Amino acid sequence: MTREELTEPDAGSAVSSGAVHRPALRALLAAVLRVLAPIALALIVGGLALELLGKDPLAYYGFVLERGLLRFGGLEETVTRMAPLLLIASGLIVAFRAGLWNLGSDGQFLLAAVTAAALAPALSGALPRALVLLIALLAGALVGALWSLLPALLKARFGLNEIITTLMMSFLGVSLSNVLIKLVLRDPSTTVPQTQSLPVEERLPRLFHTTVHSGLLIALVAVIGVHFVMTRTAFGLRLQVLGANRDAAVHAGLEVGRLIVAAFTVSAALIGLGGAVEVLGVWGTVRADWNPAYGSLVVPLVFLARLNGYAVIALTLFFSALMTGGESAARRVGVPQHYVLVLVALVLLFLALIEYLDRRRPARAQTVMGSLA
Amino acid sequence: MGADLHPAAAQPAVASVRQVSKRFPGVLALERVSLELYAGETHILLGENGAGKSTLVSLLAGMQQPDEGEIWLRGQAARLTSPRRARDLGIGVVYQQLLLVPSLTVLENLMLGGPWWRPLRRAAALERLERLSGLLGTQLDPQARVGALSLGEQQHVEIIRALWREETLLLLDEPTSMLTPQGVADLRRMLDGLKARGTALVLITHKLPEAFAFGDRISVLRQGRLAGGIEPARLAAMSDEERTNTVLELMFGGEVGASGGERARVIAERERVAGHALHQTRKRAADARPLLSVKGVSTSGNRGEMTLKAVTLELGAGEVLGIAGVDGNGQKHLAEVIAGQRPARAGQIEVAGVDVTRGRVPQRRRAGVRYVTDERLGEGTVGPLSVATNLVLKEIGAAPLWRHGITDWGRVHAQAREQIATHDIRTPSERTPVARLSGGNIQKVLLARELDAAARVVVLNKPTYGLDLKNQQLALERIVSAAARGLALIVISTELEELLEVSDRIAVLYQGRLAGIVDNGAEAERRIGLLMTGAAAA
Repeated sequence: MTREELTEPDAGSAVSSGAVHRPALRALLAAVLRVLAPIALALIVGGLALELLGKDPLAYYGFVLERGLLRFGGLEETVTRMAPLLLIASGLIVAFRAGLWNLGSDGQFLLAAVTAAALAPALSGALPRALVLLIALLAGALVGALWSLLPALLKARFGLNEIITTLMMSFLGVSLSNVLIKLVLRDPSTTVPQTQSLPVEERLPRLFHTTVHSGLLIALVAVIGVHFVMTRTAFGLRLQVLGANRDAAVHAGLEVGRLIVAAFTVSAALIGLGGAVEVLGVWGTVRADWNPAYGSLVVPLVFLARLNGYAVIALTLFFSALMTGGESAARRVGVPQHYVLVLVALVLLFLALIEYLDRRRPARAQTVMGSLA
Repeated sequence: MGADLHPAAAQPAVASVRQVSKRFPGVLALERVSLELYAGETHILLGENGAGKSTLVSLLAGMQQPDEGEIWLRGQAARLTSPRRARDLGIGVVYQQLLLVPSLTVLENLMLGGPWWRPLRRAAALERLERLSGLLGTQLDPQARVGALSLGEQQHVEIIRALWREETLLLLDEPTSMLTPQGVADLRRMLDGLKARGTALVLITHKLPEAFAFGDRISVLRQGRLAGGIEPARLAAMSDEERTNTVLELMFGGEVGASGGERARVIAERERVAGHALHQTRKRAADARPLLSVKGVSTSGNRGEMTLKAVTLELGAGEVLGIAGVDGNGQKHLAEVIAGQRPARAGQIEVAGVDVTRGRVPQRRRAGVRYVTDERLGEGTVGPLSVATNLVLKEIGAAPLWRHGITDWGRVHAQAREQIATHDIRTPSERTPVARLSGGNIQKVLLARELDAAARVVVLNKPTYGLDLKNQQLALERIVSAAARGLALIVISTELEELLEVSDRIAVLYQGRLAGIVDNGAEAERRIGLLMTGAAAA
């Protein structure tokens, strides 16, 4: 986890003088550049690879851009995809800021999705739609949180490495979801094992006569809410202290164990909410063996955004567009759909590279400060 | 400046720094500095913080390269392009901050740095460790985890590591700052041994008596330039007072205005009389009721940590209790158990007659207990967070800076600006990450945070460690003025001189027990010395 990405409000405060303002602006510019440069480099190198394969990179990128963002239908799909990604991202921001590696998002996400998929059709009819959806969403969040409780307690009580425990719990969660679908929740009227489907008119309401469902609003509120909590509240600051220097947290008298559990449950609840939103907004059901494995996409994305909520929104839009456009391009330009993952991988590679080069510079600057002290 | 101060000596220099300059953005850290380092000679580098001493060391250590000038080793121009290269050329360094891997054992730390293909040879390393620790007069458990050792013991490991390959030039950046008087004596014996074997030594220190005791030759840096020096023959011929005056003249003499001279005078005063003054200048509070009472407190800890065993002490308002003792005799546990950071296994702690034994840090803080830790960056501050945030680190969530859990950053920053002004914290802004500040200024941040208006009982662990003379003096003055305000203070230090300067009474910790408490006065030093060695413990 990098250190300099801790956020405290700097620019925009009424007291900041002109002298302070200019470096703040430059820092902002540098931050934007650090995000854009890896993307640009990835697109160039990815394009060269396409060229070598005998495909026209410009045509491919043009197609991705057109289908992913410029066409209304494509834009709708892109924006719809953002909802679960944003919720997972907001959950990960909470954990990562607290210095906790919640890598169990897939299990938390899927179990929550199954919970929502089981509850909503069962309750619909008996209760009003709004109440059904609310219960299903909350149940999803709750199940996600519960699934993180064991790693959280083990970490808080015994200092057990949460990377391992959350990953293990994730495998268990994914398997348990499948077991539940195949053995308990299976809809007998379908051939493929899946949960009973929630009718389209019972799902999350659409926004303004588009195909985009209101889960996007929940996701945006979550991301911005998390950003606010992290930068403007005592709870967020405590988590940052914990994440940046655990010894200092102990020294300052923070209740480290409770903070760990709180960060984990909030993180997993948001991720679970993402699973519930995806089911209640898009699919209406969960099929056996369905696992979008968003975690592996969102974890690096969150770091690319340097744990900043607004940057996460922009990057999620970018990645969603890439995925939507990439799927269309697969059919038309003949580049496999998974080529998008190659681009994502390249972005991460260049991100790491630029991070490394960038780190070397301040490291030298720091020894400078040290030797002057 | 920059002319070679040392006339051609009989023997050639082991290393010479020739007209070296080093620039950093906005600062000229070194400007055409020339030095000659001779075999079998201890060369003392003196200067205020920021004078360029550490930069010079980092050039010799291969951490940085000079912008201009050359470094010659054994008659050849050498390019010290990396720390590894410097080591290969026989330059060993003991840095001021510890550079050990805390999760590895002593032996493993020492075996680091060999070529990757060579298998680790434990037996040989063990033997070498034993020989070197014999030379140093220290006893280290080779299998102890370094993180579990006290700071002083960790420094022993550092020194041993710097000598690991029979280095012919040894640089020591304030090596004594964590050592006990006994440790300093041991170090001196060891350095004398090394000198006799022809090692060239460079030693940075802030303590003038130590400089005179250790040094054969003194060079003084001021604002990146060589202000001058004292050659061996001259140094030997001078009395300590003449030496002090000469050095202070070189360190501060050229400064314009009265402040430089005044500062030099204050420091000279302190050096000469070695204290006894500060604590006597204030009145003792008449209140007989103890503000802090520790009754039979014991602690438990991990392997390698010295725990407390039935420690009992009382402290009244306006009183300064010094805690002396060789490092690693339970000082850290004492500080932590009073601060509430470590639970007491047995015993009772009362603040103003109220039992706070079960309360943790927040409850203790509400009772007025404060703790200035010696691990300023380790646990005292959060490096990447701003100075302002670090100033309120222990008050997160409390009114009026937080309302309903929401941070009023405007107020946090405004309060920080006030504190920065009153406590003379040198920082570009209250938003600067605290890790960018110098050690002295980080200590000012801690003192500002802990010596607030609501403080009643303050524990200070090594409050002057790693600071230069000016900041040491400042920290001690803050302690005395806090006592004058009616606070009860516990000052833990391995610098006896410093304790004699500020304390009313001095307690000695030996093997986790309170060996005794001595009233500060004429005989104090000798009696404390006896207690520290455990002679009077029984």
